[in-house]
Amino acid sequence: MTRTGPMPAEGMATDMSTPVQSEIDAEIGALHEAAAKAVAAGAPAEVHPRRDFAPYRSSVLRHPKNPLVALGDPDAVELSGPVFGVTDITELDSDLTRQHPGEPLGERITVTGRVLDRAGRPVRGQLVEIWQANASGRYAHQRDQHPAPLDPNFTGVGRCLTGDDGAYQFTTVKPGAYPWRNHLNAWRPAHIHFSLFGTAFGQRLITQMYFPGDPLFPYDPIFNSVTDERARQRLIAAYGHDLSRPEWSLGYRWDIVLDGPAATWTEAPEEDL
Amino acid sequence: MITPSQTAGPFFGYALPFAGGGEMAPAGHPDTLTVHGYVHDGAGQPVPDALLEFWQAAPDGSRTGVPGSLRRDPVTSAVIGRDGVGFTGFGRVPTDADGHWVLRTLPPPATAPYLAVCVFARGLQHHLFTRIYLGEPVGDPLLGGLPPHRRATLLAAGDGVGRYRFDVHLQGDEETVFLELS
Repeated sequence: MTRTGPMPAEGMATDMSTPVQSEIDAEIGALHEAAAKAVAAGAPAEVHPRRDFAPYRSSVLRHPKNPLVALGDPDAVELSGPVFGVTDITELDSDLTRQHPGEPLGERITVTGRVLDRAGRPVRGQLVEIWQANASGRYAHQRDQHPAPLDPNFTGVGRCLTGDDGAYQFTTVKPGAYPWRNHLNAWRPAHIHFSLFGTAFGQRLITQMYFPGDPLFPYDPIFNSVTDERARQRLIAAYGHDLSRPEWSLGYRWDIVLDGPAATWTEAPEEDL
Repeated sequence: MITPSQTAGPFFGYALPFAGGGEMAPAGHPDTLTVHGYVHDGAGQPVPDALLEFWQAAPDGSRTGVPGSLRRDPVTSAVIGRDGVGFTGFGRVPTDADGHWVLRTLPPPATAPYLAVCVFARGLQHHLFTRIYLGEPVGDPLLGGLPPHRRATLLAAGDGVGRYRFDVHLQGDEETVFLELS
């Protein structure tokens, strides 16, 4: 594959408004410190990222400033949700390495885990969708102009339905890190995007799975938009040697717990989760 | 031990949208409604990389849904569209380059006279829920608790025969009411 653009010069000059990594680091550090102080003072740890998290510059104009309105409606449609079935999925959807005539380049991996509701019950027969960059860190998307090669044998889209135990499994290649333009020399840690449904529309989730030991974690404002360290760790898959297959692939395990109420929800104490 | 949300980012467009995602109504159904609008950011600019999902009760009041929103050809894997018999209750529409989206659906029942909406976008770290009311029902617990200028953000405006307009404002003077479900 030919490159689609020039290689940027090292230390490329940008306009004065482009922040550098140290400025982003300082902003993240201050927000994390404030969040830790709030928790120390008795506030609950924040589970989700802040919608208003300025180090991720695109969030600035795309978050509401009014508080969310509590929907105390026991008859809400959001307590039920869409269903999917065998007609929505084909055989090759869960194996991203077999969707083209040839094998994609990269480190072949399997990713598996269970989708659970917040009471710990498996989410059965529901749709799991993933998308990711190829091994070089390039998405099969026109707007991704990172001068890394596309792979004609890899698109990076997968789907499956969860089993009776809530389990999903994908075979793919490990995605590469890639640059983005949030700030100068910004790089996203390698990740796979996940889209999940529960039994209720209100349990809907889109998130990202990361790989253990990534050196880019401290620099990434999206990963760090989750202010609680323990919550951040829940975005990182575990390497599972038991899931690795000899002479074939490395295995990762990542369980997903959906937030939000479902119609059949019966409250369990938080400590039991 | 809930899994945190993360933004859908800018590149979901080749993965999540599917052909016919906004065609919830069976083709040619006489009761079909068109609901459309724009997504705006806090500067009033259109958001061209948002994804809207819709869930609603069927006209007969059923909330069970049926599979087949992204029905596939098992030979080629292509999306071949809904079968036109069952009403899946689910729609998914990305915004156009000008921030516009269009949905064709059947009217929700009087018992739940709204479309539930989930908004995703680049820059939005955690999805937002809202509702589109087609008309203002009497005694609705959500609408009744809102001041008029906020309530108005949940009401679709008539836009011709069988057509409604509903804009989503992520931020700003006309900011849409977003919901906390848990």
